[in-house]
Order: sequence, then C-alpha cells, then structure tokens
Amino acid sequence: MATPAARRPREKHVVATLAEMPPGARKLVKVGTREIALFNIDGEFFAVLDKCPHQGGSLCKGRLVGLIESTQPGEYHYSRPNQVVRCPWHGWEFDLRTGQSKVDPSSIRVRPYPVEVASGEQVQEGLRDGPYKAEVFDVSVEDNYVVIEI
Amino acid sequence: MTPPTAQVLDAPQTKSNVAMAISDCDIHITPADMKKELFPFLEKRWQDYMATYGARPRQPYITGPAYPKGQPDAARRDAYPPEGGKPGSSLAFMREHHLDPLNIQFGTLNPLRSGQGVQNLEFGGALCRAINDWQKAEWTSKEPRLKASVVVPYEDTDAAVKEIEARAGDPNFCQVFLLSRSAEPFGQKRYWKTFEAAAANGFPVAIHAFGYGGVPVTGGGWPSYYLEEMIGHAQAQQSLLMSLVMEGAFERSPDLKVVLVEGGFTWLPSLCWRMDKLMESMGDEVPHLKKKPSEYVKAQVWATTQPMEEPELWPHMIDMFDWIGWDRALFATDYPHWDFDHPERALPVRLDEERKQKFFLQNALDLYKPQPA
Repeated sequence: MATPAARRPREKHVVATLAEMPPGARKLVKVGTREIALFNIDGEFFAVLDKCPHQGGSLCKGRLVGLIESTQPGEYHYSRPNQVVRCPWHGWEFDLRTGQSKVDPSSIRVRPYPVEVASGEQVQEGLRDGPYKAEVFDVSVEDNYVVIEI
Repeated sequence: MTPPTAQVLDAPQTKSNVAMAISDCDIHITPADMKKELFPFLEKRWQDYMATYGARPRQPYITGPAYPKGQPDAARRDAYPPEGGKPGSSLAFMREHHLDPLNIQFGTLNPLRSGQGVQNLEFGGALCRAINDWQKAEWTSKEPRLKASVVVPYEDTDAAVKEIEARAGDPNFCQVFLLSRSAEPFGQKRYWKTFEAAAANGFPVAIHAFGYGGVPVTGGGWPSYYLEEMIGHAQAQQSLLMSLVMEGAFERSPDLKVVLVEGGFTWLPSLCWRMDKLMESMGDEVPHLKKKPSEYVKAQVWATTQPMEEPELWPHMIDMFDWIGWDRALFATDYPHWDFDHPERALPVRLDEERKQKFFLQNALDLYKPQPA
C-alpha cells in the first residue's frame, strides 16, 4: 500500500468566540492571507474560502438557500435548508459542506475548511503545545471558541 | 433571508494591480428617496400628481416590473450604501466601492427609474426632466468621471426632442437614453425626430434593455421564468436594430450613433448576415436603403459588453469581436446590478495591448469624447 504523501501539518486558528457566533451569525475572518467566510447555521459551523471562484464576489455576503432538485418537470425536492450559499453577485451556488458548485460540481468548488468549537482550556493548552494559533484573541479559560483548521 | 450581520468585516481585498484605467458604459443610479431628491426638480403640479395618482406604466403587471430579480433590487448584495438607500443611490459609496478600486476613468450614468414608460405623457416628461436635472446636480457636477444620460419620454416624440435640445452642448450629458421595449419598433416613423435630434446635437443614442412597450420580451409570448426574460433581452434588441436599419434611420442620419446596452452582442454578426442575404432578394421592398444592412451596423452601432457572453471555448470570443469590430465594443459593468461584470474576470482571454485599450477604455472615449463640465 502506498504511503500517503507527507503533508503540511494542520494549523488550527482561533477565529471567533462562541458567544459572538450564535445560530444565524456569519463572519468574514482573515487567517494569514486567506479570507474565509464563517457561518453558524442552526448550530452547525461551516467555513469556506470567501472569494467566489467565478468572478470574486464575497460569499460571506451571500444569501443562504436550500438544495433544490428535480427528477422531472413538475416535481421538486427541497432539502438542507440554508446549507447552500448563493454568491451576492451572480448567484452561483455552493454547497457549504463540500464547497461544490451547483454550476459545475465536477470541476468548480470553493474550498471548505473544517470548523470546531473548543473550550478556553483546550485552546490555551493548544496554544502552548500546538497546533492552535490565536493572533487576535486573548483566550480566557471561561469562554469557548470557534476554531478553523487550515 | 438572512442579512449580512454587523460582524462582517471588510469586503475582499481588491487586487492592487488593477492599474489599467477603464470606461464603464453602464452604471445605474437611482434617487435614495424619490420625493426628497426629485421634488426639488419637479413642478408643484407634478409633485401633487405623484402623491395623488402616481406613475402608471404601460405594462401588464400593475405594480411595475416583476421584482425581485434574482437578487433584491436586482443588485449585488454588497452594493447597499452604509448610510442606507438603494444600491446606486450614494455617490460617496460608489466612489469607494466601484469607481476608485476599478480605476474607472469614464462612466455613463443610466437611470432606470424615471418617467420613461409612464402613460401620462406629460407627467412622464416632467419626471424625465427632473431625473436629468438631478443627475447633473447630484452626480456629474460633483464627479468629473461620470457623465449623465439625457433620459427622454420616448413615446412622446415632441417632448423627447425638446429635452434633447435643452441638454445639447451641456458637457454633463453624453448620450440620449432609451429603453429597448418601446410601444412600436424604434425605426418607425413616430420616433424618427428623436433619433434625428440626437444625431443633430451630437448625442449617441443608448438603448438599454427593459422598457414598457406592453408587448412580451420574446417574439413568442410571455415567458414563465426570469431566466427567459434575461435571455429575451437579446431578441428585443435584435428587433429594434432591424427596425432602425430597415426603416432607414441610419441612411437618413449618417451622424446617428446607436449604442445597444445590456442586450448581448454575439448575435450581431448572424443578424447582419441574415439581413444582408435577404436584402439581395428583397431589396426592392426597402429602396431607401443605399447600403447593405451590415454596413450601417458596422459604421453606426456599438454594443456594451455586459453581460459578457460566454462561449465554450474562450478564444472564440476573439473571432466574435473580429466579426463585430474591435472598435465597436464598449466595456460595461452594470454596477450595482447583480449580473455585474468585473473587468479583470469577465473576459478571460489574452488581448494584445492595443485591443485591450480599445475594449476597456478607448472606444468609449472615442465615441463619447467627454469634456470637462
């Protein structure tokens, strides 16, 4: 069996306090040179690269819609409310879970990033020993934090 | 729908290498508040009329054109001014959001909310005059990069001519502005004097998608979807262009310059081919035409590029402009509307420097010859 290629170790970036990201909230965060759109959708966190691969609209400002599918004219199936972001410019839609585009799912996607919620304790420990980074936060033990893995 | 929250930080960083100056031949503006901003330019009689009866457009939907169109106000969702008001209602925000970052050296203002299409022709004419005064007072006199359109009530030719003559020679204005879906095809006799007045006074005539003719956008009836309406604009533009050619608008006024705005352009070559071919068989029906239809079009018609058409293979776009003429394309963004074209992204083909300059900047400067106001 082939050994998986060595990859850059993951970095975990603290990007928000949990308190500032209630369900429905969204935030444009900067990690290094990347701008990432962070969403809390009904309690679940999603993060994607902010720049639409089409013409560069900011996905953080896009409307959240559901997945609409149809097997034949006259029938439709609507699912996953709010888990699809619609670019604020040309309306290209992206699945927030996979980053796949509805325009051309096989070749166009916006990069998704794993998100987790960590306690202040975890974060403090992680900041000491890695892999956490929190350039813009003073981390206190009492709070919880939203962490994006790059 | 969820509005962006206050936690949204800055918009994405604009690339610092947007160095090239460009022209934008389709920028939309609208008063933040019709009453507050237009009433200073509207006679009291029409202020009272507006408050009592309002504007009744010639169209099947009693409340006005169907909205929303894909996005609220048909606009980019990041184009709402921070101080409130609709997209395209704030000069300060337009500078910061659009003119400066995209390095726009010259832009035409194309107001869509005006008196055009209002069935009470006198009221419509008064609203058009007010919109023109407002463009000058609130926009072009404050921002030299922008030039206004002479918005005319084109279903009332006498009033349209009067408005064109009133603005003639005023460097705040760069063109006469019509909407593509008129009551009759634009080449017909009732509109002749409007086109002649524009040509005589040195104004190109921009004909923008939309309008209030009361007829369907397609040649085959009322479509079900907004998607079809968007695509249908090309049909409306083809019909009016054919009408202008066949009725002799270009033959009668060699100085007439027509700019087709937001109705596509890749159909231009095939339309010309069809017109030329049938002229060979039926030219005696239109003996007033002295040239081939394609010759009038190549000499007297321009097209704005937004929404950019997207061939499967981008190099085909080079062929397309070889056929249309590289001096005929006027770059446009359609800011602040949602189908906005970004100058760095909308045409992903490599152009030599000369073509690039023409396409993005110079063709518009050559056509409009903007002068300091």
